[in-house]
Amino acid sequence: MKILVCIKQVPDMESRFKPDSAGVWFSETDLAFRMNEYDEYAVEQAVRLKEQLGGEPELTVLSIGPDRVVEAMKKALAMGCDRGVQVQDPAVQLKDPWQVASVIAEFAGREKFDLIFTGLQSQDRGSAQVGVNVAEILNYACTTTVVGFEYADGVVTVKRELEGGIKGVVQLRTPALVTCQLGLNVPRYPTLPNIMKAKKKEILVIPVAELLHQEPRAVTASFYPPAKKGGGIVLEGDVGAQVEQLLGILREKTTVLR
Amino acid sequence: MKALLVGECKDGKFLESSYELFGFAAQLGAETAMVLVGPEGELPLYGGVVYLADTGKYGEYNPDLHKKLVLAAVAREKPDYVVFLHTSFGWDLAPRIGAALKVAQISEIVAVVEGGFELPACNAKMRRTVRPQGAIAVLTLQGGAFPVLKPGGSPQMHPLDAEGAAGVTFLGYEPAEEKGVDLAKAEVIVSAGRGIGKMDNVPVIAALAKAMGGELGASRPVVDGGWIAHGHQVGTTGQTVSPKLYIACGISGAIQHLAGMKKSGFIVAINKDKDAPIGEVADVLVVADVMQFVPAFTAKLAQ
Ligand SMILES: Cc1cc2nc3c(=O)[nH]c(=O)nc-3n(C[C@H](O)[C@H](O)[C@H](O)COP(=O)(O)OP(=O)(O)OC[C@H]3O[C@@H](n4cnc5c(N)ncnc54)[C@H](O)[C@@H]3O)c2cc1C
Ligand SMILES: Nc1ncnc2c1ncn2[C@@H]1O[C@H](COP(=O)(O)O)[C@@H](O)[C@H]1O
Repeated sequence: MKILVCIKQVPDMESRFKPDSAGVWFSETDLAFRMNEYDEYAVEQAVRLKEQLGGEPELTVLSIGPDRVVEAMKKALAMGCDRGVQVQDPAVQLKDPWQVASVIAEFAGREKFDLIFTGLQSQDRGSAQVGVNVAEILNYACTTTVVGFEYADGVVTVKRELEGGIKGVVQLRTPALVTCQLGLNVPRYPTLPNIMKAKKKEILVIPVAELLHQEPRAVTASFYPPAKKGGGIVLEGDVGAQVEQLLGILREKTTVLR
Repeated sequence: MKALLVGECKDGKFLESSYELFGFAAQLGAETAMVLVGPEGELPLYGGVVYLADTGKYGEYNPDLHKKLVLAAVAREKPDYVVFLHTSFGWDLAPRIGAALKVAQISEIVAVVEGGFELPACNAKMRRTVRPQGAIAVLTLQGGAFPVLKPGGSPQMHPLDAEGAAGVTFLGYEPAEEKGVDLAKAEVIVSAGRGIGKMDNVPVIAALAKAMGGELGASRPVVDGGWIAHGHQVGTTGQTVSPKLYIACGISGAIQHLAGMKKSGFIVAINKDKDAPIGEVADVLVVADVMQFVPAFTAKLAQ
């Protein structure tokens, strides 16, 4: 069995974002990068499936991006993936979700994976499109927003999370693709021995030009902070003073303090 | 300009949120038609054309069949935009329609702006304007971003049919977990987010909730991590609340959290990040380390 996990490296969301010089995405200056939160659940589920099947499946982790994405791949390798594929693209942020999906599908089409895991969405772009489009291109059965996953004999049974906490139970046959939602499992922390082992695992580098044959269907015209609305009160400075100020405001504006 | 609106039914019920699609179409100034997979007794209050595929035959959401049904309506209407809400239905189906039509799909639109559509980026801390390259596009709208608009009237129905194999089999629904605490009744809710740092810090937030005579709430990562039970989760996949006072401790303000609490009477957020999106709905934003501020505030209340 062959399994693919697609991961994106994204900035830490607690960072301050500033537009880049072209004004269409964020400037990378001073940003720290990490694995997209949703993709950690995808990696964990793939590793658990490999363990369930006695280690037989071969687990490939793929990421498209500049050389920094290798750091995120190393984490996935330390969590238990067998080999990495970096599709080298210093300008992946200028590709639309359709192009990103087409690149993954071009690679995956050659390798004939039985199962593909992606995140539900990326934290920086959040289109929730890449996974579904990969499945559409490859003509794989696909379901999204997975919070429960079981596999037996080529049949995948999953719980899809719907609004209000209701779940939809669906079944699909491999080859299949699932997009993983927060809370699907509890992603493991790589152990030191596994981090050392991961250093020896193969990472194949493929230039994006070899896999990209699609034009963008959507373009980002500009990237900017939200227009500030509301005009709530901002309390800064010394904690003691903030406590007094908040208490005063609550006494004045609400009826909940007795 | 014409917009084909994809209405949503779940468990045989037309979802009221689908009326936001009309609100969006009105802002675009587009003519409308709607496509729906639902029971005949659940039609929207709308005098236009509704392409209806019967749930009795097509069942609950099935991506392969629903894709064919929507495409059949597209072939008849030839719309400029095919519009969904950005829900577990919309984000599952919209990319498939975009791929089949070979056109752009643009996700989670929050506004119509000059030069395109405005979308959130970077966990809602930033925005971007995106425009489709071609004339036609498939769109999803962020829930609550556009006003509910009930056009009124009764629709001209066109039955819709499609055939073919389905790659995904729907087995049934599983109900939401028991609520545990009914947050809807609380006058004060003090919620813990990932910013509290660790599970050991939960009692500090719970102590403030108790001192205020309120209930403890939580954001999703705190629940997913097992720090607080799911019954306390606020948001689209938890409970929707509107207490007199909501205090968000170390919560960034993701749209799925805001959707569950933004109607609260008075909102206080404690966050070390002045730019956190929770600031957009907060009446008071306390820029502080939550683990310093909250114990100090609770102690002061006790005096
Ligand atoms: C389909 C779907 C449904 C979802 N449903 C829900 C839902 O029902 N409810 C929900 O909450 N989420 C839901 N989410 C998840 C949501 O998108 C966010 O990931 C989540 O709300 C983030 O929780 P948070 O604010 O606690 O954590 P984070 O986003 O990580 O934010 C932590 C915040 O704490 C601040 N902070 C850090 N340290 C400190 C400190 N020492 N002092 C003060 N502040 C600090 C940071 O500045 C940051 O703003 C859903 C997501 C999806 C895709
Ligand atoms: N650059 C990338 N490299 C590898 N996988 C990606 C990339 N971008 C997106 N993905 C995958 O597609 C999912 C959805 O991303 P998005 O459509 O951007 O919200 C992510 O969770 C990843 O699994």
